[in-house]
Amino acid sequence: MRRFLALTRKEALQVGRDPSSILIAFVLPLILLFLFGYGVSLDATSIRVGLVLPSSEDADDLAAALTASDGIVVVTARDRRQLTGALVAGDIRGIVVIPENFRAGDPIQVLTDGSEPNTARFVENYVRGIVQGWNASTPGRPSPPGIVIEARYWFNPGLESRHFLVPGSIALVMALIGTLLTALVVSREWERGTMEAMLATPVSPVELLLGKFVPYLLLGLGSMAICTMLAVWLFGVPLRGSILALVAISAAFLVPALGQGLIISALSKNQFVASQLALLSGFLPATLLSGFIFEIDSMPEVIQWITFVVPARYLIPSLQTVFLAGDIWPLFLGDIAAMLAIGAVFMGLAANATRKRLA
Amino acid sequence: MGRILALVIKELLALLRDPKGRMVLIGPPILQLFVFSYAATLEVSNVRIGVLDRDDGLWSAELLQRLDASDTFAEIVPVDGVQAIDRLIDQRQVIAVLHLGPAFSRDLMAGTDATVQLLLDGRRSNAAQIVEGYVRRLLSDLNRDARARAGLPAIPEDPLVVRHWFNPTLEYQWFTVPSLLAMLTMLMGLIVTSLSVARERELGTFDQLLVSPLTPAQILAGKSLPPLLVGLFHGTVFLLAAIFFFGVPFTGSLALLYGSLVVYLAAVIGIGLFISSLSATQQQAILGSFLFAAPAVLLSGFATPVENMPEWLQTATLINPLRHFLVIVKGLFLKDMPLETVAASALPLALIAIVTLGTAAWLFRRRMG
Repeated sequence: MRRFLALTRKEALQVGRDPSSILIAFVLPLILLFLFGYGVSLDATSIRVGLVLPSSEDADDLAAALTASDGIVVVTARDRRQLTGALVAGDIRGIVVIPENFRAGDPIQVLTDGSEPNTARFVENYVRGIVQGWNASTPGRPSPPGIVIEARYWFNPGLESRHFLVPGSIALVMALIGTLLTALVVSREWERGTMEAMLATPVSPVELLLGKFVPYLLLGLGSMAICTMLAVWLFGVPLRGSILALVAISAAFLVPALGQGLIISALSKNQFVASQLALLSGFLPATLLSGFIFEIDSMPEVIQWITFVVPARYLIPSLQTVFLAGDIWPLFLGDIAAMLAIGAVFMGLAANATRKRLA
Repeated sequence: MGRILALVIKELLALLRDPKGRMVLIGPPILQLFVFSYAATLEVSNVRIGVLDRDDGLWSAELLQRLDASDTFAEIVPVDGVQAIDRLIDQRQVIAVLHLGPAFSRDLMAGTDATVQLLLDGRRSNAAQIVEGYVRRLLSDLNRDARARAGLPAIPEDPLVVRHWFNPTLEYQWFTVPSLLAMLTMLMGLIVTSLSVARERELGTFDQLLVSPLTPAQILAGKSLPPLLVGLFHGTVFLLAAIFFFGVPFTGSLALLYGSLVVYLAAVIGIGLFISSLSATQQQAILGSFLFAAPAVLLSGFATPVENMPEWLQTATLINPLRHFLVIVKGLFLKDMPLETVAASALPLALIAIVTLGTAAWLFRRRMG
């Protein structure tokens, strides 16, 4: 125990003196979260759409309705050919063609840029909504009765994409720094031979790894605190759950993330390979295979299996819940257990890899 | 020329000599292309929806059957009562709950407004919004059929005639695979370049290079060509996979694609060398390239449209080579983009390349003086 404490103290001092650890843990998350918070948004506010507008009273009226809406910016032209070039260049995302001699209720053609399926669908639905609303409001065309859908979004009634993307971005930042931090710092030690020097002492590989683990865990929690403050104070994301739950979830996530970094550093001979592996196995899966933007349920089954060993997949639902919904412990406990289990396997593999390197 | 060639060979050897380094250059990028092409889809399918059916009539049964038949929903979870809704949504067991009142079938047949409640999980607002769209479409079809059956006047048809250009059925992979080509090529090129100078500097061999008869321009060329070759290799592999494996149509000109790929890689390499010449250690170089790559990927228009960003950030993304190359690569794959439109996006890439490569050369020269 005393040896362990001494080791932890040594590692903590080392971290404190190494400017790059501080940079990774505190400056990197600040910059990244700042950019993500502003840049990653699914709230369309200024998608440009072309409008072919013949001269007719009804057409002008509909054009006014389209222009007045705040989801799209309308670029008007008299002829379709003036707009097709812009569609190819990606300057506009769709073209609404109002036919000659247009009267309310007549069909309207919509051409979209299918090279961006998501935006194409948005343009289609958005224009449909406006046209239907406009048709219904024109006199002499009473809206027929139908099924009225009262849709209510729990936890995020205003449907602000920032509210669910910021907790996701925090998970991403944590995945990046958690793995990168240990992978880089420890692989540098291997490169310089100081790891071997430590292993030549009576310290066992497990003790050595645990000694490294504790300071980095604290560092990771520190960057979590910074991310949370930024999320709440700058981006106005509510924190409806308890700090305790937030700390428990983050700490549980850091076990597999740091473990992954330790495996990478022990397996790779140098910082180049280590950084590549950290990027490939840490950051990219956390972006694409975690349910952050892309629904896991919708992926092919084989890929769904892969996501089970991506720790971020368990972090993201818990983080979104603790921020937006509150303390829902049955959900947290399942995710925490999964992360700790993966963490235990990763730490075991890391210890094993460290021992092997000596042989 | 001979000197540059010797330096290029030396750089390639340094990169490929180590079997692990070699592996990292070939295996993971290809693996990623495949995994991510299948994973990155914004379509929603196989999610679970809860239904609280207090109607238990003809039309609610019909609705349940249609929900069950759709690909969007893997499972319809029956909900016993209003109290059970909370738990199902809170614990993410369903993405949404559809609540049908007792008069649902009766109202439909009578031709009066029938109200249903749809409760959605706002923690996953993006997927939830897509689910809402599906449910709306299903219900409007149901309404149409119910009115036809009851002999009521039909409601007007959809006023829109929609055609999706370049991708008529909105195949998501036609978007993802070309985008991944651009993204993965950048990530690999960036790391390879940013480390090349920093590693030599850390080991002290960079000073040896500088005192050799090589001029800074020659060193720059020798350092840039190997990653360019690596990038062209990756680009070709991804291109072949996109066309022959994923079946993405390639409508544009191959010469334009390779031409603009070279300019794109020059910009990426320039940024890599710039980061590299600023950092004293490998670690700084890696951090620098991460600090550039992560925002470059997320703010490129791949995950979310550039138009959604605030104005100042849109301006900042002009220095992101990925943003420009995404336009080119999607344009050449799907839109048969003409030369002048490609050039409009290649021009900023060329500017980025000139500025960053020039600065890197200047930084080398300053170190010599």
